Amino acid sequence: MFKGIKDWLLNLKNEGVEKVPDETKREFLKIGLIITGVFAGGSLFSVISRVAEGLASSEELHKSYPYKPHYSMVFKIDRCIDCELCMEACRKTNHVPDYGWRTMILRRYDESALDQKTMFMPILCNHCNNPPCVRACPTKATYKDKKTGIVRMAYDKCIGCKTCMVACPYNVRYFNEEKHAVDKCDFCWESRLSKGITITACAEACPAGVRIFGDLSDPGSEVYKLVHQLAKPVWVLKPETGAKPNVFYTIS
Amino acid sequence: MSEKKNPVVTEVEVTTFSQIWLTSLLEFLSGTRAFYFLVGIAALVVLIAAMFAVNAMYTGYRHAYGLTREIPWGILISGYVFFVLTSSGLCIVSSIGHVFGVKSFMPIAKRSVYLSLVTVVAGFTVIFFDLENPFRLLIWNILSPNLTSNIWWMGTLYGAYLFFMALEFLLLLLEKHRYAMLSGLLGLISLIAEVAASSNLGAVFGMLHGREFWYGPYIPIYFIASAAASGCTAIIFFTYLGYKITAEKMDRAMELSLQAVGKIWALFLAVLMFFTTWKIITGFVGGEGKVLALKEWLTGKYALNFWLFEVGFGLLIPFFLLLISGFKNLNQMFVASVFAFIGIFFMRVDLVVVGQIVSHYFEFKVTDFPVILSYKPSIYEIMIIVGAIAFCMMAFLVGEKVFKGHKTEIH
Repeated sequence: MFKGIKDWLLNLKNEGVEKVPDETKREFLKIGLIITGVFAGGSLFSVISRVAEGLASSEELHKSYPYKPHYSMVFKIDRCIDCELCMEACRKTNHVPDYGWRTMILRRYDESALDQKTMFMPILCNHCNNPPCVRACPTKATYKDKKTGIVRMAYDKCIGCKTCMVACPYNVRYFNEEKHAVDKCDFCWESRLSKGITITACAEACPAGVRIFGDLSDPGSEVYKLVHQLAKPVWVLKPETGAKPNVFYTIS
Repeated sequence: MSEKKNPVVTEVEVTTFSQIWLTSLLEFLSGTRAFYFLVGIAALVVLIAAMFAVNAMYTGYRHAYGLTREIPWGILISGYVFFVLTSSGLCIVSSIGHVFGVKSFMPIAKRSVYLSLVTVVAGFTVIFFDLENPFRLLIWNILSPNLTSNIWWMGTLYGAYLFFMALEFLLLLLEKHRYAMLSGLLGLISLIAEVAASSNLGAVFGMLHGREFWYGPYIPIYFIASAAASGCTAIIFFTYLGYKITAEKMDRAMELSLQAVGKIWALFLAVLMFFTTWKIITGFVGGEGKVLALKEWLTGKYALNFWLFEVGFGLLIPFFLLLISGFKNLNQMFVASVFAFIGIFFMRVDLVVVGQIVSHYFEFKVTDFPVILSYKPSIYEIMIIVGAIAFCMMAFLVGEKVFKGHKTEIH
């Protein structure tokens, strides 16, 4: 039964690799890399480096967090369908005017992408450990909350110079005319957290479980588990600025 | 303050100061028809601009100005930089004479100090209409200072400069030998405050690590050199004009002084040429965001601003006119200063705006924002700048008249 196959195999001529398409070569290499574990190893390394970029410093990784609770948000980015219920909830909860936003969903579109060409990327204040906006503010109108690490606003101190808006690498600040001050996401501190609610309005409103909010210094929290794992990539936006964000991105 | 301690000195001072006010007022009232006409036109422009500015304040800057949350700094910030760096430059260049005692720079001292005060006030006025809550600044700058903020240092140092320079100017007016030491000391304090302030103004941009176009030690140093070049421009422009409007013949000392200023100016223009060249060359091997900004500046929407106004008007034309003039032909030097003033304004506009035009999330291929953002100044912003320029011209004319051409006796 197998004799025919054996003969066929033995009679096959070496065609060389010149005629093999690049894609096939790449696929073959990938299989090999997965088998030998190099590919997995690569992603493990990238996870470690990304987490370090986000946190206060690489030495502090897995040891301690500067704040207690150390509020953080993790986005399971591939789950976002751009329904904008988070934005709606944020507007209502924090009285955000129609000309501004505290959180937004960006639409990424890449014509040259192989299959899926569109992806949604929610953004909000990254509550950086090294916030450029806080350093730049002349009157300490924006400050890093010593207890929670939330980047907050003392609205009455804001002179409206807008330096914080220029300083922010993430475009998450806007001038609020009603408040006569720059306004931004405060992880719903004023509207919810300070009143005992443990989740932000946007995270609560999300129907797809994209936004996971919690205390990064608590090993039992979901955000801790999502960040401290090696199986899936975790990244932060614009790590090159050295702002050390506390908002992480991953896939589900 | 010293009234109770030393009544004799106080009495002398009061009569001297009141004499200054009285003679100034009489001098102002003795103007020719042409003088009142020019001052009147400038005052009218200031008034119209003030109406625009106050209107913008009441309707809200979001509606009145062409600014967005992505580009929150526009030509008002450029205008502020333009005026305060001109002020710094006037202080730096004139201090060679009245602080460090170089004789050939003495004749320009009084006019420079006066114009330095005028331009810093113009700068403050412009930024007053950019700040959303300028009055809060007065309170919280003192009660809640952020010592890591360059804006705080810059504002505080320019405030201190205004105070010390105003005192210095009064002492220069008194022309009393016994104040020479104090005057020199005040001049030195003003100079230090001014150089530190303009350098800090550069650091306001240079320390924003999210903005590649600005980030680095380049701008704080560039601002000092650029201020010096602006100062030379202003000295030549206003001194020449001062003598032209009074149709008075310039004495030899003043001529020599302007020639010396011209030489320093050429030096600083050369320094700026090197700065600009190397900023561009180093930038092109930098991050993607910086390259995008540079491309837009050199070959995109800002190419005309850069090549014609910044390079042509601001650097090359004045430089070659200076060389052609042999630092002797004041007419040519004056033309150079006119070109340079226009060029410098565009330098400030481009510095502020191009630093913000690259979209925050360009590397993610987002469709919500274009890669290169755009900003167009509104009529309100333009009028505020026009008003500030008119204010400077008006103050210059009044100053020439009231202080009788800022004549200085060389002690």
